Amino acid sequence: MKVEGRIASKAEFERLQKDLGKKADTAAKVVRVCIGTGCAAKGSRRLYELFCEAAKKSGTGVTVEAKPVGCHGFCERGPIVVVQPGNIIYQGVEEPDVGEIFRETVVGGRVVERLLYEDPESGKKAETEDEIPFYNAQKRIVLAENGRIDPTSISDYIAAGGYSALAKVLSGMSPEEVIEEVEISGLRGRGGGGFPTARKWRSCREAEGPERYVICNGDEGDPGAFMDRSIMEGNPHSVLEGMIIGAYAIGASKGYIYVRNEYPLAVEHLKNAIVQAREAGFLGEEILGTSFCFDIRINRGGGAFVCGESTALIASLEGRAGEPRAKYVHTVERGLNDMPTNLNNVETWANVPAIINRGGKWFSSIGTEGSKGTKVFSLVGKVVNTGLVEVPMGMTLRQIVEKIGGGVKDGKKFKAVQTGGPSGGCIPSDQLDARVDFDELTKLGSMMGSGGMIVMDEDTCMVNVAHYFLNFLKEESCGKCTPCREGIAQMLAILDRISKGEGKEGDIEMLESLAHLLSETALCALGKTAANPVLSTIRYFKDEYEAHISEHRCPAKVCRDLFIYEIDPEVCTGCGICKKNCPEEAITGERREPHVIDQNKCTKCGTCFDKCPFTAIMKV
Amino acid sequence: MSDKLIEEIIRRYDGDSGMLIPMMQDLQADKGYLPPERLRTLAKELCVPLARIYHVATFYASFRLAPRGQHDVTLCMGTVCYLKGAGKISEAICEEYGIEPGGTTADRLFTLQAVNCVGACALAPVMIVDGKYYDGVTSESALKIISGLSTEAPTAEAEAGG
Repeated sequence: MKVEGRIASKAEFERLQKDLGKKADTAAKVVRVCIGTGCAAKGSRRLYELFCEAAKKSGTGVTVEAKPVGCHGFCERGPIVVVQPGNIIYQGVEEPDVGEIFRETVVGGRVVERLLYEDPESGKKAETEDEIPFYNAQKRIVLAENGRIDPTSISDYIAAGGYSALAKVLSGMSPEEVIEEVEISGLRGRGGGGFPTARKWRSCREAEGPERYVICNGDEGDPGAFMDRSIMEGNPHSVLEGMIIGAYAIGASKGYIYVRNEYPLAVEHLKNAIVQAREAGFLGEEILGTSFCFDIRINRGGGAFVCGESTALIASLEGRAGEPRAKYVHTVERGLNDMPTNLNNVETWANVPAIINRGGKWFSSIGTEGSKGTKVFSLVGKVVNTGLVEVPMGMTLRQIVEKIGGGVKDGKKFKAVQTGGPSGGCIPSDQLDARVDFDELTKLGSMMGSGGMIVMDEDTCMVNVAHYFLNFLKEESCGKCTPCREGIAQMLAILDRISKGEGKEGDIEMLESLAHLLSETALCALGKTAANPVLSTIRYFKDEYEAHISEHRCPAKVCRDLFIYEIDPEVCTGCGICKKNCPEEAITGERREPHVIDQNKCTKCGTCFDKCPFTAIMKV
Repeated sequence: MSDKLIEEIIRRYDGDSGMLIPMMQDLQADKGYLPPERLRTLAKELCVPLARIYHVATFYASFRLAPRGQHDVTLCMGTVCYLKGAGKISEAICEEYGIEPGGTTADRLFTLQAVNCVGACALAPVMIVDGKYYDGVTSESALKIISGLSTEAPTAEAEAGG
């Protein structure tokens, strides 16, 4: 059963939803294969094809459906395959496993033990998501249907309750009532700033103009963040539904989704979803038989980080270079083409249907005083369980890193967690009990940002981290305002010399003073927050800066000019692997005799360090 | 001067100069880069100053004003990939082939692009070759993958193999 033609009324929609729901119940067996970017990179598309073939060939007499689904979040263990009934979750599935899964689990109803998740501590195997700590500490609203529905099928979305929020809104809520519901929910912008969504909507609704626009910001530029990508890829209709409801509340007739150029699959899934929504009558003229008209188009970004800033994004949509403008005139009054424009982030839009369906009060019962609902984070870096997690606001960073993330990888010591991307900061171990909350993270000198959470271990040099972010921002500064263009370059020059061991007394103070100048005078939010990585690392890891400056020492042994590689003659067995692999031929030694590194030839590429099977190479 | 491709692209967006960026993306998708004479035609047809088109072309990292290599090698330089050694991988490729990030090898075998983040952090460090994702790459495996790229020109292959 499919969605055919435009749906002309709420009653018709409800009938269709019921029929689709029934059909979903009767499909006896389903194999869900994750085709998100992470799993797809590990060959999951081929797995999906193989399951399809197996399903076609099987003469078991029951219907078996293979289904491509969006990201489950547990990217570390991909490719992920879930078999229903039983919701048996298999991880790290490879092509040869397909036959066995099909024969044993799908047909036979038995579990393939070796493909189950095994708890690294207790050694206990988990059959379903609920038994895995990575999942059971999460609370999924935005990601609820990710990994369950086929993102390329509107029927799947409708069967799972999709578009019922839109039907509810169009059949009995006034625009003001919609805004009130969002206000009660306490929803704040998920893109970084945390501005109250309802207030933004209302300002835009009340602004004068012949036409209004809504924009979805999918220019997820923070390195180390992929929440929005997974939502757009895994449940594109939820973003569209949120936008259509928002457009109705605001009185907008046109919508734009601005997606990063680096996300081809997100663009594909969104494009497909828009076509389907148009055919079904959720977009276009007379939506669901009402007088409300609205349509959406997609624009791909050009690969500029600054375009995540609202006014720069709007400039880009107008066909210009993405340079921000001063915001004394708000975009809700004069934005795209000088018309009132409401811009929200992907995750913000995707929260809207749930708020309408279950009520603002329900949403506001989750979270903290000032931050309601959940937040999706991409938990990455030196952590055991890399992946996408959605947690209620108010959960502590420690719970996220240790319980969901499984702690630091390879038994190393935790050093910091970086939140908020290049505009955020590094939070040290003694602040790990801080709660996920817009205001609390800001107080710590970081920020919520869009949701990147990068775990750093003892092998990470904080001066190097600050240098990395500043270098990133220098490359990405649009150059329009002097404080950002020149200030970042100057700060980077100072960090450069500190990491070379040429830092001078007073450099830290100079960095701080430049940072404050930047935050007070830069044109846009990106410039104003650009110094956060430097300020937060100085705040919590000043000793590392001092070690670089006064002792010419890099405690984590990352800054290349501040350590050398040496071979421990006690440990070296003279196997010759380092000698063979050294690209500079800097290593000499006889077989079975300890080898030596010629420091004049060594470029510190680290190949020997990585290759030595006996860990005889030391950084000193 | 009639330019069928440009005409078609302009028609696709109803001649709306606000759609300049998608138009340029379409041109690049067709030609692999933005040929200067086409940009001149585009400027003329849209009545947009050529300077503005070049402003856009040089502002966004994804636009290219020179032909690409036969293969696209994209190296992710996001935070996680960086922490896991992407910087070293980039150096190794650049040294081996005598190019800079963003550059194309002299034999046009491949173009190396360093991008900010491809959002596949669980796979870090990530390298994408012609749309295929490789996870957990090292300098060694990256060079090996690239050396497997082929061109019709046999000399280039020999060089890549060495």
